[in-house]
Parts: sequence; structure tokens; C-alpha cells
Amino acid sequence: MDFYGIELSSRLLLGTARYPSPKILEAAVRASRAEIVTVSLRREGGEQRAGQAFWSFISELGIRVLPNTAGCHSVKEAVTTAHMARELFGTTWIKLEVIGEADTLQPDVFGLVEAARILTEDGFDVFPYTTEDLVVAERLLEAGCRILMPWGAPIGSARGLNNIFGLRAMRAHFPDVPLVIDAGLGLPSHAAAAMELGYDAVLLNTAIAEAGDPVRMAEAFALAVDAGRLAHAASPMEPRDMAAPSTPVVGKAILA
Amino acid sequence: MFRSTSSTPLRATVIGAGVAGLTTALALAERGVAVEVVDRNVGLGPGSCSWHAGGMLAPWCEMATSEPIVGRLGATSLAWWRERFPGVVAKGTLVVAPARDLAELDRFARRTQHYEWLDEADLASLEPDLAGRFRKGLFFPDEGHLDPRRALAALVERLTALGAAIRFDTELEPEAARGDLVFDCRGLSGRTDMPALRGVRGEMALIRAHSFSLTRPVRLLHPRLPVYLVPRGDGVFMLGATMLESESKGPVSVRSMLDLLGAAFAVHPALGEAEIIEFGADLRPALPDNLPSVERAGRIIRVNGLFRHGFLLAPAIAQIAAGAALDPHLDTELAHANSA
Repeated sequence: MDFYGIELSSRLLLGTARYPSPKILEAAVRASRAEIVTVSLRREGGEQRAGQAFWSFISELGIRVLPNTAGCHSVKEAVTTAHMARELFGTTWIKLEVIGEADTLQPDVFGLVEAARILTEDGFDVFPYTTEDLVVAERLLEAGCRILMPWGAPIGSARGLNNIFGLRAMRAHFPDVPLVIDAGLGLPSHAAAAMELGYDAVLLNTAIAEAGDPVRMAEAFALAVDAGRLAHAASPMEPRDMAAPSTPVVGKAILA
Repeated sequence: MFRSTSSTPLRATVIGAGVAGLTTALALAERGVAVEVVDRNVGLGPGSCSWHAGGMLAPWCEMATSEPIVGRLGATSLAWWRERFPGVVAKGTLVVAPARDLAELDRFARRTQHYEWLDEADLASLEPDLAGRFRKGLFFPDEGHLDPRRALAALVERLTALGAAIRFDTELEPEAARGDLVFDCRGLSGRTDMPALRGVRGEMALIRAHSFSLTRPVRLLHPRLPVYLVPRGDGVFMLGATMLESESKGPVSVRSMLDLLGAAFAVHPALGEAEIIEFGADLRPALPDNLPSVERAGRIIRVNGLFRHGFLLAPAIAQIAAGAALDPHLDTELAHANSA
């Protein structure tokens, strides 16, 4: 799997918010075997860059940081936050969120495309948090994105994959673009389902951070992502309408 | 190692007059140690993050997001406060959730202990002003709350009565302090000697309502921002608190106040008529595990990292700190917690 020229072996990306403590966050990241963590700049520390203690802690985890623009509701905020992130973490990677609706936290896809274009021209590698809309996806690619991150369900909702049809269509439509399910997963089975659809990776936060035991849940997600990926590679059988006995019925010896 | 005798009492300096310092000083004074407390502020006030605390003595509610040791030490502290401070109101805690977030209530119940489920009628009989607002709730009858500012003043009074000296407006490094023992209870200001400390920003408001009253703290669960309202008497409520990984001590942000005040309104629209009498923002001193720590280096004992549990845990931690300093062989539960 290749994200903007970086070869990765783990297909699980982790958010870093809402953990009971930094120590538990660190243990969960290790248990998940994630190679990328995403961190919010805006809410934690904001414009005065006062989140330095926490950001240093994240940097010291020693794995790749994907800063995000969570909490940004406009193109301008997102672009400003991205620039701050590049300076703080020394990376051109940015997970781009432009929130359009406060209740569902669904992306403002118009602002998203615009911000993606501006940031790409500024030399950023943009990871856009988007919907499964194919037309928006096309526009994001035109704007310079080389990866797409459609939602499974609204952020933090733990609902799993809301629109299997749409996500399957997206996979079929963009066979060569890395696709990451971002947001809405609650259970490892949701992550496995995403991987079985052929998605390249999943990104999640709340499902692990707010589990009773985040470290065990992180391991559970890691196993589920592996299982789903393996199943996809193994070419699963299609569902049938009729029973198909695995042993022949005709000619079977009747003993009782 | 150290023995306090009537002829030459052991002398200790406590640096920091927040809740950690004052409870530690009291634990020492009650053991016959001659204590002096020094603090860089001019008096009790907003210079200490204890000033902005909620004052909920809620060991069982806190287990929803904390490790079990917080519940155990919190229960010890609750008993300690009740013995020493008549201002403790032991009327329990009420936990409610808006209709669309009822799942949060189930989750809270799964992670906590010592509660009863309440229906609408039970809620109305406990808190008449909340009648009709919520279909169900959780009641933690064994919990309590206090007014942190009055509690700090009461601690100072008690210390003075025991002969301890308190010097405000005095900046002192632990190495420069006099005495056989030095207790560093400076909170975040002690980070030069405890580099793992970080500040976790909290924002709060005090509001005064004229036609709405509560007997006990009410926690409103919400997937994004859980908030609480703690009654302080005379219609005053403490409304708190945000929890941000930020070390800014700047003024409260518009967004945070919108969240907090919006939540108050969700508890009851009558609170929309309340007056805002104070905003505050401060930093909680926290260690990477968000648990308190007592560590010793020679004659200096550092008591720190109380995070969001200052009033909830300080008395128990103070007993551990004083006990460990006077008897270094004492094995403590906290030592296990920190080494685990």
C-alpha cells in the first residue's frame, strides 16, 4: 500500500483524541500496529499553538503523523490549520476536513474540493475526508488528491458502513486510487467489512478511544483489518439464493 | 527513619497552597510535624487551579473515564472531607442524558458502580425543578460535593489552628526550602523538576439562577461534551468543564462557552435566564497516565498530577505522601499504581 510515495504495511490508521490518558493512547497505538496516527491541531491548542506538550508526545510515538483539520468549517480555516501543521510536524501530509453540518459533521464537499486544490498547489499531500459521492471524488482527484477517504458513517457514530452500495461503487469506480474508510466505525466487524469490500485501509478513533479497554479494542481492530484484507485477497464466494450442501445428498448412505 | 518527638518536632515545608499542598500540610500537621506552607500567590485565589475546580466528590461517577484506583482513593477522600469539612453536601450525584443520547446513559452505567436507575417520577422527587425534563437518570447516592473556595479557606483555618504557618507572596524552589522534609505541591509550576507534567486546559463558568435550584450536582452526558452543574448555594452554579490538550491559559473561548452554556440550557431552559457571574480557564497538572504521583528524591517529596481530580483525590494522596515520608518503608497502593 502506497500513500503519496510512502510504502506502508499497516492498514489501520488511528486518531489520537478522547483517550483516557496519553499513556493508554500510546499502548493502544502499539497494540493496533498502526504506522500512521492523525492528530487534531485546531481544537487541541488552537491558534496560539498551545498544544505543544501533547503534540510532542504524539511526535515521540515515533510513527508517521497525519495532522488533520478537524473542527474547521471553512476553506480559510482549513488552509491556515494545514500550514500550521506543516510547520509543527514537518510533514506535507494533511488530512483535510471541512465540516459542513454541525449535527452530522458531514463534509462541506464544495469547500473540501476548493481547499484540496489550494493545498495541493501549495505542495501538500491531501487526504480528503469526503462522502461516497463519485462526482465529488472525481473533483477531488482533479484538484490533485491521490487518495480518497470516504466516510463509513458520521464521525463518532459507531454505525459502521451506512451505504454499502455507494462504497462498493466507489471502489469499482476508482480501482487504482487508495481508498480509506474514515469515520463512523464502531466494531472490528465494521472494519473487516470495509476491507472485504476492497478498501485499502480504515481510519478510526472513537471506537477504540472510548472502548472500556482501548488497548484490547485496538488489537481487535488490528486483527479485523488483517482478516478483512485476507478475505478480500482470497476472493470470497458470492451469496446464493439456494442452499448448496457441501457434501452430496444423492447416494448418501442412510444409516438410521 | 524520621521520628517526630515532642522535644524536637520534625519540620516540613510545603510549597503550593492549592488543594494538594493544603491537604498535605494538614496530613503532616495532624501527625505532629511543624509545617510551613509557602505559596507564590498573594492569597487564596485564581492563581491556583484549585480555585476553578468543580468540587464534585464523585469517585463512582469518575470511574466512567478513569482507572479503578481513582474510585478507591476517591472514596477514601470523600470520607476524609466529610470528617473535617462541614461544607460537604452528601446528597449524591444525578446523571442524565438528552433523549437522543440515552445510549450514553447505558454506557455510563456499564462503567460505574454504586448507582440506582431513576424514572421520571424519581427524578422529579429528587430534583423538583428537573420534573419532566428527562425520562430516566442514574443516581449515585453515596457521592457528595463541596465549594472548593470555601474548602480551601477551611483548610487554611484548620492549619492555622494547628499552629502551621502559611506564607503567601513567597516564591520558593524546593532545594532552597528549609526543614527536614520539603513537599513540592506546585502543580504545573513544578514541571521543571517533573518534565512529564503537562497542562490540560479546563474552562468553567459560574452562573446565578433566580428561579431554578438543584440539591446535588447534575451531569449531562453528551457524546461530544459532557458537562456538569454543581450547586454552590444562593442560586449559584458552577458549570464545567472543557478538557483540552492545550496549555493556553488565555481567556475562555467563544466555542467553549457556547458548548457549556448550551448544555446548561439543555438541562433546563430556565437556566437561560441565569446571570453569568464568572468565566474561568486554567490548566490541570497531568502526568502521561493522568494519575497522581508521589515521588521522593532525598528530602523532597513531589505530590503532583492530580489532573481533574484535585478535590476528589488530594486527601488520600496527602495521607500517602505524609505516611510515606514519615515511614519510608510504608508500601502504598499508589506506588503500585505508578509502577504498573
